Parts: sequence; C-alpha cells; structure tokens
Amino acid sequence: MFQRREGDNELPDGTGRFGPYGGRFVAETLMSALDELTQVYQDALDDPTFEEEFKSDLQRYVGRPSPLYEAKRFAAAVGNARIFLKREDLNHTGAHKINNTIGQALLAERMGKRRIIAETGAGQHGVATATVAARLGAECTVYMGATDIERQKPNVYRMKMLGAHVQAVNSGSKTLKDAMNEAMRDWVTNIDTTHYIIGSVAGPHPYPAMVRDFQAVIGEECRVQCLDQIGRLPDVLIACVGGGSNAMGLFYAFLSDINVKMVGVEAGGEGMDTMRHAAPLNGGTTGVLHGANTYLMADENGLILDTHSISAGLDYPGVGPEHAYLKDTGRVTYDTVTDDEALQAFRILSKTEGIVPALESSHALAQAAKASQSSDVEDIIVVNLSGRGDKDLETVAGIDGVTL
Amino acid sequence: MSRLGTTFERLRQDNEKGLVTFITAGDPSIAATVPALTRLAEAGADILELGIPFTDPEAEGPPIQRSSERALMNGMTLRKTCEQVALFRQHNATTPVVLMGYFNPILALGVDRFAELACESGVDGMIIVNLPPEEASELRNALEPRGIDLVLLIAPTSPLERIEILSTSSNGFLYYVSIKGITGADHLDVTDVERKVASIKRITDLPVAVGFGIKTPESAAAVAKVADAVVVGSALVDILGSDQELEKSLAEMQSLTSAFKQSIRAC
Repeated sequence: MFQRREGDNELPDGTGRFGPYGGRFVAETLMSALDELTQVYQDALDDPTFEEEFKSDLQRYVGRPSPLYEAKRFAAAVGNARIFLKREDLNHTGAHKINNTIGQALLAERMGKRRIIAETGAGQHGVATATVAARLGAECTVYMGATDIERQKPNVYRMKMLGAHVQAVNSGSKTLKDAMNEAMRDWVTNIDTTHYIIGSVAGPHPYPAMVRDFQAVIGEECRVQCLDQIGRLPDVLIACVGGGSNAMGLFYAFLSDINVKMVGVEAGGEGMDTMRHAAPLNGGTTGVLHGANTYLMADENGLILDTHSISAGLDYPGVGPEHAYLKDTGRVTYDTVTDDEALQAFRILSKTEGIVPALESSHALAQAAKASQSSDVEDIIVVNLSGRGDKDLETVAGIDGVTL
Repeated sequence: MSRLGTTFERLRQDNEKGLVTFITAGDPSIAATVPALTRLAEAGADILELGIPFTDPEAEGPPIQRSSERALMNGMTLRKTCEQVALFRQHNATTPVVLMGYFNPILALGVDRFAELACESGVDGMIIVNLPPEEASELRNALEPRGIDLVLLIAPTSPLERIEILSTSSNGFLYYVSIKGITGADHLDVTDVERKVASIKRITDLPVAVGFGIKTPESAAAVAKVADAVVVGSALVDILGSDQELEKSLAEMQSLTSAFKQSIRAC
C-alpha cells in the first residue's frame, strides 16, 4: 500500500498536475488549508504507524479484503467471457467510498480538526463520511442537492441516524455539483475547525492523488486475487466513472500491466445524441471547475451544463483530472452506457446472482455485458461492483410504477 | 498611467478613500447594466467592479449567487459583459472598470482572445476568484502587454510568505478578503481587518482594497480607516434584485452608494 509506481507514471507532479490536468484553481482562502493537507498527507505516507492504522481499520472495521467473485450465471446470461466482480458492495456502508473516508478521517484527526463536511450525490459518500465522523465523535454536515435527497431517501435517513446534519442544497441544478459548491462555501467559512472530505478523485490538489491512493487498495487486492484465483491477470477491467474514484482505485495498480485493458464507463443518460447525459470525457470539453482543470460539460460560453443520469452518483459535469490524462494518453478507454442499459444490467445481476447492484455500478455491468458479446470464452473481465443497490430500490420501483 | 493608477493617485492626493462597487453584468436586465454603472459612478463610486455571471460561483453568498442566476436567465455571457463595458465607455472614459468572475468562461473564449476583447472594450482590471498566482501566469502574460491589471486576492488565511508573493504578483491594487467566508457574510471583525491590512501595508506600496461582508456605511467607515478603498457588493445587488421598478432600484442603489462614499471619504 502507498507504494508509488516507478518511472514515468509517477503523477501528479509537485503542482498537482497530471499532464495539463489538475492543479489548484481555488479561492485564496483555501490555499493555506490545501498546503497544510498536502503536508499532513505527505507526512502520513512516510509514517509507518499511519499505514498500520489505515490497514487495520480497513481490515477490522470495513471488512477488507473484499472478495473477487466469479459471476458465472450473469456471464452466461450476457455473453461469452468469464466475468469477475470485485465486491466493494460488501464493504461496511455498502460501497467503496468508505476506503477514502477512513483515510481522510485519520488525517483530520492528525490536523486536530473536529468538524467534518462532505458533498454527496447518491448518498454513499455522505453515509461513509457520517460513519467515520460518528466514530471520531466529530460534528458532521453533509451537503446534498434537493433533487438527490428526493431520489436517495434511505441514505438521507441513514446519515441522520449516524448523527450527521444533512443540508439540502437548492441552488443551480440541485444535484452533486451544487452540493460541492456549497461544501466549498462552508469550508472557506469554517476553515480553521473543519476538514472537507471530498468523495472522489476530483477537486484541487492534493485531493485527486490522495483519494486515489486511499482507493488504490481495490486494485492492489484485485491484482493479487486474480493471480491467486485465476492464475493470471485479467484481460479487461471495467468500472463506472462519475468523478471516478472507484475506477482510479481499481485501475491504479494495473497501469503498468500493459496487456490489461481498462474501460471507464460514463453515464450516457438518455443517449449521447441528446443533451441529457453526464459524460464529459465522451461528450464534453476541457476547462476548470471545482479546483481542477479537466474535462467538463460546459457550453461555448464556459457555463457549466446541467447533466442527467438515472444514477445520482454519476450525475456530475466534471471528472477527476487523472482520468482526463489517462483518456488523452489512451491508456484507458472511456465509453458510455445509457440509463436503460444500466437498468437492464441491474435487473439481470439481481436475478442471476442474487446481488442487487448500485445503479452506478450497473453502468459497468452493462459495459461488461456488451464487451462480453464479442469476447472469447477464455477472456476474463473484472468489473468493479462499487456499491450495493438498496438505496436505488425506490428509483427502480418508481420506473416499474410501484410505490414503496 | 492606467485608469486604475490615475484613480488611486487622485485619491491619494486628495487624501480620500476609494469606493469600489460591485454589480453583476446583466442583472436585473442586460439593458440595465450601463445605466447602473453610470449611476454608480455619478454617486461617487471610484472603481466599478462588474461581475461576469457564472453557473457555479463557489465563493459567493446567496445575494451574489442570486444575482448571477438572474443575469444568466437574461442570457448574459462573458462576451456580452465586454460589450456592456464598451457601451459604458461611450459615456464614461475615466472611471476604471474591473471585471470579476471565475476562470472557465475565460478559458472557453480563449485566454488571448479574451484579453484582446477586454482591451478593446475598455476593461482596466481583472479579478478571478479561483485563480491563485500559481495558476495565473498564462492570463497575466496575456493581460499585461494590453495594460490590463490582474488584481490578486489576499485572504485572512494567507501566511506572510504568501502575502509577499501575492503583493509582488498583483497589479493595480490588492484585494484583501476581510473575512474567512463568502461574499455578503455576517461576521466581519473590524479589529482583525485593521491588524491584517496594517501588516500587508508594511510589505507593499500597492493600494489595498478591502471587501466581503461590508454591508453598512458604518462598517465601511471603520474599514476605510486602514484601507485605501472599500468594496461593497451584496448590499447593492440585493437592491437591484428587489421586486420593484428598475428606476426605483437604481435610485435606491444610487443613494446607498452616496451614503457609502460619504461615510468613507474622509477616513
């Protein structure tokens, strides 16, 4: 863990750049806090006790390592390849998000910050933050768009049970990007007492690198599990990409394995020929939002566009800067899956494997289904099953015309 | 000398403190922008800060967020903001105009194309909230040869070594953010501002304007005792956004501006 890969791939540079992407485009008030966080994080990386604490929490509190499971009936239902699921849905709180919040909570403790804030879309990061805050005995406020509060009610109540204050955000599109704006406004106001736990590999330096490093455990485990269980590395890794933390977490340990293909799946919403999607890497442009230079959904005047996805966690106009870099270098391919395709994969996995996936992760499953149709029977696909789908039952029931 | 340079020189000679007013371009309507700027200048504003509306104004409080939303509903853009400055320049050739906004609209237009457009339109300075000096060199290199000042912000959290960097990198003047927080916030601590501005003035000869959270002529007067200029924004945009006839809003905005100028003039 925390071992940087050698050679050219050692990014970001000292200014937080992944090639032209990343950086630190924030208000001056935040600069010293970001410097402090960078320093505390660097010190932690060099401190063996930090790694011990982090690993111990992941093992005893989160329940790691998460299994690598061969989904044989799902694979048979959708195509030819063997499909393995990295079961991040089995983590405590039901998603990969907890890996990052455990790490950042340890850093908050080291900085002596007794108040925690976060933004959340689907509520998974909000729940993971509220969870670590409860464990620290820290005050916690989670910002969540009013639209997302409506479509992710179970997670809202969970956060409240955990002692967090859920603050509805009514500005702009009332989704994840607006929650992030509001969290940044809180942070500049309460900068002395508060640590902002960003939930993805997005935001200003050091967040993209730091969150990636905390999530890298997914790929590190998965690589070992592939060698143990299958006897070789997989042919393709597939993960969904909103901000992109579960994808970076899975991909990072494999970047130097040049024979392992990687596919990041963005939310195609109602289709890439409509404006109703959330796929900046496939249908966007480059620019600056939320502290980083990256791909964005913006119009010709540089104004940020409203996005759409059936999944609240992917409904975001930006993407982590390292993904922007990996797209440009061609190391990772980025594709899209529509709402309907994701929903179909959601239903197939539930019925064939007894696993109800998050709608976010269902995008990766749908991509695997498509890829598998043109695969050989020996091909091995690993899908990051980043979260479980209990939170989405109301959304899916609504589509089926059922009121819960 | 640039309009900003001339203005601060005049203020210094007259032993007078400057008033910087903020409104958003296109709020409450595109047609109201030039009349509003003209009335502000008539009422005693020494420098006109004009907001470029953006969809995600991370550092703004509710008044300026709403102002931005109203302007965007009217179809306001960066290009049209420059057009309004050019129209204003047909009436007023002396009062400096400083555009304030976020970086992405400038990137979308192209940094160099923007600098050219701003220069042609009669813009004097730029404040980009999410562009710290570490990220600002491309924009500065485009603005400098065209005589447009890139004004940097200093925050209450900026340590001494950063204040030194910010002071040497800023042009025209320095903008001290008077609170840890967003525009229009409620927790202005005048004693703290006095202390910080005094320490900035020990480092640099650049004029220092102070803004964020200054809502009344009284607090403006207190801040003006230590600063070269005071920035007022949220209080003015709230008037422009109120649900009344434009002429009434403009008159109200003008009388508040006069009151602010009166209160700080001789500080």
